[in-house]
Amino acid sequence: MNRRQLRKARNGLFLALSVAATLVGLACLAAILWTLVSNGIAGMSSRVFTQMTPPPGSEGGLLNALYGSAIMTLLGICMGSPIGMLAGTYLSEYGRSSRLSTLIRFINDILLSAPSIIIGLFIYEILVVRMGHFSAIAGAVALAVIAIPVSLRTTEDMLNLVPAGMKDASAALGAYPWRTVISVVYPAARSGIVTGLLLAIARISGETAPLLFTALNDQFWSTKLNAPMANLPVVIFQFSLSPYKDWQQLAWAGALIITVTILVLSISARMLLSLLQSDRGGKP
Amino acid sequence: MRPPAAPVTDATIAAPDVKVEIRSLNFFYGAQQALFDINMTLENRSITAFIGPSGCGKSTLLRVLNRMYALYPQQRAEGEVRMDGTDILADQVDVAELRYRVGMVFQKPTPFPMSVFENVAFGLRLAGSARGARLKERVESALRDAAIWDEVKDKLHVDGRSLSGGQQQRICIARAIAVEPEVLLLDEPTAALDPISTLRVEETLQTLREKFCIVVVTHNLQQAARVSNVTGFMYLGQLVEMGPSSTIFTSPANRKTDDYITGRFG
Amino acid sequence: MAIIDSRHAAKQLIYERVFRSATLTAAILVLLILGGVALSLLRGAWPARQHFGFAFVTREIWNPVTDEYGALAPIYGTVVTSVIAMLLAVPTGFGIALFLTELCPPWLKRPIGTAVELLAAVPSIIFGIWGLFVLAPLLQRHVQPWLIDHLGPIPLIGKLFSGPPYGIGILSAGVVLAIMVLPFIAATMRDVFDTVPPMLKESGYGLGATTWEVIWHVVVPHSRVGMLGGIMLGLGRALGETMAVTFVIGNAHRISSSLLAPGTTISSAIANEFTEAVGDLYTSSLIALGLLLFLITFAVIAIAQAMLRHLERRAASPL
Repeated sequence: MNRRQLRKARNGLFLALSVAATLVGLACLAAILWTLVSNGIAGMSSRVFTQMTPPPGSEGGLLNALYGSAIMTLLGICMGSPIGMLAGTYLSEYGRSSRLSTLIRFINDILLSAPSIIIGLFIYEILVVRMGHFSAIAGAVALAVIAIPVSLRTTEDMLNLVPAGMKDASAALGAYPWRTVISVVYPAARSGIVTGLLLAIARISGETAPLLFTALNDQFWSTKLNAPMANLPVVIFQFSLSPYKDWQQLAWAGALIITVTILVLSISARMLLSLLQSDRGGKP
Repeated sequence: MRPPAAPVTDATIAAPDVKVEIRSLNFFYGAQQALFDINMTLENRSITAFIGPSGCGKSTLLRVLNRMYALYPQQRAEGEVRMDGTDILADQVDVAELRYRVGMVFQKPTPFPMSVFENVAFGLRLAGSARGARLKERVESALRDAAIWDEVKDKLHVDGRSLSGGQQQRICIARAIAVEPEVLLLDEPTAALDPISTLRVEETLQTLREKFCIVVVTHNLQQAARVSNVTGFMYLGQLVEMGPSSTIFTSPANRKTDDYITGRFG
Repeated sequence: MAIIDSRHAAKQLIYERVFRSATLTAAILVLLILGGVALSLLRGAWPARQHFGFAFVTREIWNPVTDEYGALAPIYGTVVTSVIAMLLAVPTGFGIALFLTELCPPWLKRPIGTAVELLAAVPSIIFGIWGLFVLAPLLQRHVQPWLIDHLGPIPLIGKLFSGPPYGIGILSAGVVLAIMVLPFIAATMRDVFDTVPPMLKESGYGLGATTWEVIWHVVVPHSRVGMLGGIMLGLGRALGETMAVTFVIGNAHRISSSLLAPGTTISSAIANEFTEAVGDLYTSSLIALGLLLFLITFAVIAIAQAMLRHLERRAASPL
């Protein structure tokens, strides 16, 4: 084989390998979604949404877990997102490239990728030990701590996209920065901020590790924030590792619910983002 | 400063040595047509310049000659482009080999992320056409022809991107000519350069004219007049007029050409 | 003439001060969180540190009954599963990124790109249960026996593939982790490849290079720093991953020479045992594990971020 043919062969080989890699990736996605959907649907019934988690061997649903997750996610977002947004506003509008801002951005990006189980340990130390018991509020705080870096990042990115000319025009009329931000920048970055919110919710809905030793779990219906509360991820964890068939079925149903929720949130966020881009004439 | 090259007389063009012949070339970006029925020839050992206002299709025409457009699925060419008798637009043509025989220099300097030496040696290493001492000779000769050897001979192992813009562009020229292409295409080669670097590049082209068939696309009318033997004026995707540069710039046959050259539009 | 009501102006100034402090406080809170995490881990780990000293990191023993603990097995498991995951995910992610940027027909780019990003959004617990119920049996029945039969007898590396095919274990955990990290690696590499200027690639093609040659000799060297940063970030995530690994690691506090044997990682040890831990030393040892994980991932992620920042700065300057 002469050199030119060798080069063509090598080219063909590597390109074929890259196609194979893509097929492998897609196959994994398909396999996981397939298992999730088929097992999840098998375990699904109206009971799942109306009855509580049962003891092994009896029928039941996931109502308390769904409620618990919803409450803690809501609380976590209500606590974490505003802090993240305010911090992102600081970095984008006030701090910009100061040394402090650079440091905060750096630390924030580390927290963004940090193991969430560490956050769980942190909240355990400062809240659970302090309070003497596990609680839903501790779980919510753990989720809030995870939501803060996500909100900060997306807020800062979205605010940076607002044209400088708009901000200058507001300042030229004599507005203080707070006025410009609240009356001009936030509305201009509206869809971006909502996108950031959706992404943060999607991120914390699936988190299990931080809840393992903060909110713990509860077999029964509980609404007290000051006590352990059932939640979907920990229920899935517990039920799937058990040897009981009906518990395992409920675990799959729960897994399907979580995944569908997160995918819907992510897709909505993506669609909102492309709507945002087309508003600006196609340029991000 | 060297005096500008002596204007080329008609005598040099009397006996044509055709390298490329283009017949009925039409080019499309998706549904939009960019080149309309182009017919022309390119000669060996000469410099052909293409001039015309923005969007007239001169860069498009250039990129047909080495089938660079094939990298982008929406772009398509119809017609015949014969190099030494063979139609290079035909399906069975090995595009990579075509691009090895037809060199290209771009508007902005594009040094690869490697040393000066490795940049120039890149094409040669790919084709395996030279190794060891022979490779070093080819690299040095290319750098000399590109009028940059003296400036980089002590810096051959420096990263190509650390040189000035003008030097980078001449490295890219050296890189293109190191493989001794039969045709050399230059797309506004001095657009991003300062006047002194521009002058050096133009001098380089004059030297290279002895060896290669060179095609230059340029926005700079004075440059086209200085540097080329033959000039083609393009407008809205059509080749309006083509002929010896001395004639085109002094007494063009076509009204539109005259308007463009005298600056009535541009 | 524009008249400004002085009381109104004074109010505006107060609002400005309040707003500014609020945003600054929120921003500083981020620093405090990191500081708080570090401090609370240090404090919680202190009893274990006092009791075992630095030998904690080199002991393999883990016995809740006799209250003897050592971090060696979890550290080993964390490192080995992450290395396996990267060895599998990096070439595959590279291939996917290559496909998306160079080969993919335009109409297919969006759907596949979206599929990759959706896979990245799936929570890790899903990968965990999928690993337990689907992948582990698959590995146990088909792949692991093959490995034991064919690679076991080979001297040296054969030891890695010996022992009974449990299905769960270090190798299985590494595979699940690889699948989890894959979309992240693929997306990051694709983003890095997208920033290569087309003119640079065309310069390569213009010299007669094949697609692969342009990728390998022009795109990759140009994107070296970004690729490395993305890989390290992926590694940081793999090291800290809990749920994907806990289901299939087997939770055995020992180091075996075989990859097919069960083991443990730092995060899965904490996840499995923390709520059951009785006694201060047990709890403190688990927190000490957490501290170790924090230090390792902090270092890896910090280096990765520094690399990616360097790339951003370079991309901002013209070619």
